[in-house]
Amino acid sequence: MSQAILSGNEAFARGAFEAGVRVASAYPGTPSTEILENISQYQEIDSNWAPNEKVSLEVAIGASFGGARAMVAMKHVGLNVAADPLMTLSYIGVRGGLALVVCDDPEMHSSQNEQDSRHYARLAKAPMLEPADSAEALAFTRLAFELSEQFDTPVLLRSNTRISHGKSIVTLGERVSGLPEPKIERNPGKFVMLPANARKRHPLVEQRLLDLKTWGCNHEINRIEEGEGEVGVITAGIAYQYAKEVLPKAHILKLGMVYPLPEQLIRDFAARCKTLYVIEELDPFIEEQVKAMGIDVKGKEIFPICGEFSPSRVAAALGLPQPQGVAVPSEPLPNRPPNMCPGCSHRGVFYALKRLGAFVTGDIGCYTLGALPPLSAMDTCVCMGAGISSATGMAKALGEAERFKVVGVMGDSTFLHSGITSLMDMAYSGTPATAIILDNRITAMTGRQDNPGSGHTLAGLETLPVNLEAICRAIGIRNVQVVDPYDLDRTQQVIDEEMRRPEPSVVIARRSCMLDRHGRGVRSTPLFVKTEACTACKACLKIGCPAIEWRTDEGGGKGHAYVNQALCVGCGLCRQVCKFDAFGVGHES
Amino acid sequence: MSPDVKNILLAGVGGQGTLLASEILSETLMLAGFDVKKSEVHGMSQRGGSVTSHVRYGTKVYSPLIPDGQVDVLFGFELLETYRYLPTLRAGGAVVVNDLKVMPATVAMGTENYPVDIPGKICSVCADAKIVDGLDLALKAGNARTVNTVLLGALSQRMEIGEELWLAGLKKMVPERFLKENLAAFQLGRQA
Repeated sequence: MSQAILSGNEAFARGAFEAGVRVASAYPGTPSTEILENISQYQEIDSNWAPNEKVSLEVAIGASFGGARAMVAMKHVGLNVAADPLMTLSYIGVRGGLALVVCDDPEMHSSQNEQDSRHYARLAKAPMLEPADSAEALAFTRLAFELSEQFDTPVLLRSNTRISHGKSIVTLGERVSGLPEPKIERNPGKFVMLPANARKRHPLVEQRLLDLKTWGCNHEINRIEEGEGEVGVITAGIAYQYAKEVLPKAHILKLGMVYPLPEQLIRDFAARCKTLYVIEELDPFIEEQVKAMGIDVKGKEIFPICGEFSPSRVAAALGLPQPQGVAVPSEPLPNRPPNMCPGCSHRGVFYALKRLGAFVTGDIGCYTLGALPPLSAMDTCVCMGAGISSATGMAKALGEAERFKVVGVMGDSTFLHSGITSLMDMAYSGTPATAIILDNRITAMTGRQDNPGSGHTLAGLETLPVNLEAICRAIGIRNVQVVDPYDLDRTQQVIDEEMRRPEPSVVIARRSCMLDRHGRGVRSTPLFVKTEACTACKACLKIGCPAIEWRTDEGGGKGHAYVNQALCVGCGLCRQVCKFDAFGVGHES
Repeated sequence: MSPDVKNILLAGVGGQGTLLASEILSETLMLAGFDVKKSEVHGMSQRGGSVTSHVRYGTKVYSPLIPDGQVDVLFGFELLETYRYLPTLRAGGAVVVNDLKVMPATVAMGTENYPVDIPGKICSVCADAKIVDGLDLALKAGNARTVNTVLLGALSQRMEIGEELWLAGLKKMVPERFLKENLAAFQLGRQA
């Protein structure tokens, strides 16, 4: 048995391998993305990116129907998309074991909300396991498949940014053998959720929860760590680590299964403690259930609901003394927000939209950065798919004078994830808004994964890419234009034309991401600034390119723009916005 | 907190390769027989944003995040990002920092100023600060891309881990064809 230092996501993937998983599917989403990426390294598992989380779960359900163990992974908001199949899957149960990893993002490091996905376990009436480090991520994943088959239920595994992207030491095991070979087995009473069948399944689901509660009281996944004194803590997941750090002497009830709760075990533990805390990130999920048992606990009246925990935040909530770091005289520091890369194909589109005074209903991806200065050209961002559908709604609401300003923007991956139905609605209702698809050929934000428009599978095999223009036309968009966002004038002219058109229309801005894994992002010779030609108008700074810096002149001159040769990829956008021809191609001589 | 847990905070700019440096560091610590935890954030923050990585090691590590004011070594890849996290350093802690400025967008656009004399400010609150010209030494090692290995070499002088373990960590994590220049970079960093 060898040791390795693995991230939580690598450990979930390893757990899937060791558990004998045969089929895995996911849609990328931080912090869950690396789970499927790592699973894809195991030849024994058929793994593919799905267009969205709902599809990925349905693929896994099909594999389970066939008798294979299957796993899916998604970020917390992805589970909103997959919630529909999950709710009914809970009634159906499984044939081959099925586990769903959901990764929350407290603090919203890379998300639009910090919803607590534990509520889904309760809503779906399915068990949820929550590991506290990578070793548990691996062990709980293996256990999830045993539980799934033993209790005939999908099993949720909850992670978060610190578990998924934190590394700790694990012991590797072998892949289980002797699982039944997948084959067709008809079982309509279980697999066909007609009302008559579903009515018979629901009582089984309720009984299953009671059985799981009893199981949880007797399994080591929920364990008591004896301490000293009269303070007790009920905790789970990453919060357990902070509790151990901050209250090393407390008695701890560490829950590995956060739903359903082991009621008798909690009652027995609570009876021994004079003061009882529930330490959990985000919502008072455990706390409210413990209080409903009639047990007095301290929870969210002292611990924050918003944001992620840290040892210091937990200690502060408990009123414990905090060590001070070195005293540094305070001075305002420039922030360093993320930025679109040099040569990003989105930049030109947002620059054009800003010049056109468009009201931009945006979406989720790298291009959400178009909302930040200096581009500041995105006015709304809700969820995946909303970029186009909320443009439809706004255009319906507005009068003639403003309707034409509304432009919905989303990336190719988002369009294929959940934008097609949005566009279909715009077309079918004849709403005269404009949709722009930023087609950079990959799912860039999460690390350049392939999507159905990319032309490659997760395994790197070539496959037929989805034809975006044909989809748009097939669902009723008559006006579809394709532009190269590196050609600023033409891009602006075409968007302007389509905005004015009193019918639904689509502009596809097509240019590979500079970081494309298949080498389709084209690097050209870097540009330089002809200092004598630069009039210091600063127009080039308005495109927000990281390669362009402002240099002040020695002796109080007007200053000039400067191109960082190491960063410039030669897209030439700056040259197009400069009215004084101050940008040259090639190195300064 | 277990009394023997040591904390290293890496701070840099997205795209500088701080993640690989923290991987090599944690592998080396695992080889040295420690319990190790490491935590960082991917995604949005990688697009040229501010990036940190927490590395903790000892007999038993619980929290992957370092408590405030408990950083033993602040390991910086860029001056401003190191200065930003200087208040997390415990009294008596050490700083190892790359002598490099990467301009944030607001500074590049001329709307904010890059703080002056960061090395001086670091040295004024930390007696054990090492400012390393990473690029210069990396070029001497034969490849500008070995800056982070130079910095690991400088860091290694502030930790009680045998040199052979560092070399084993490097050999495990660095591709064979880049190993020679990285070993040279590591030694130059140690001597810096």
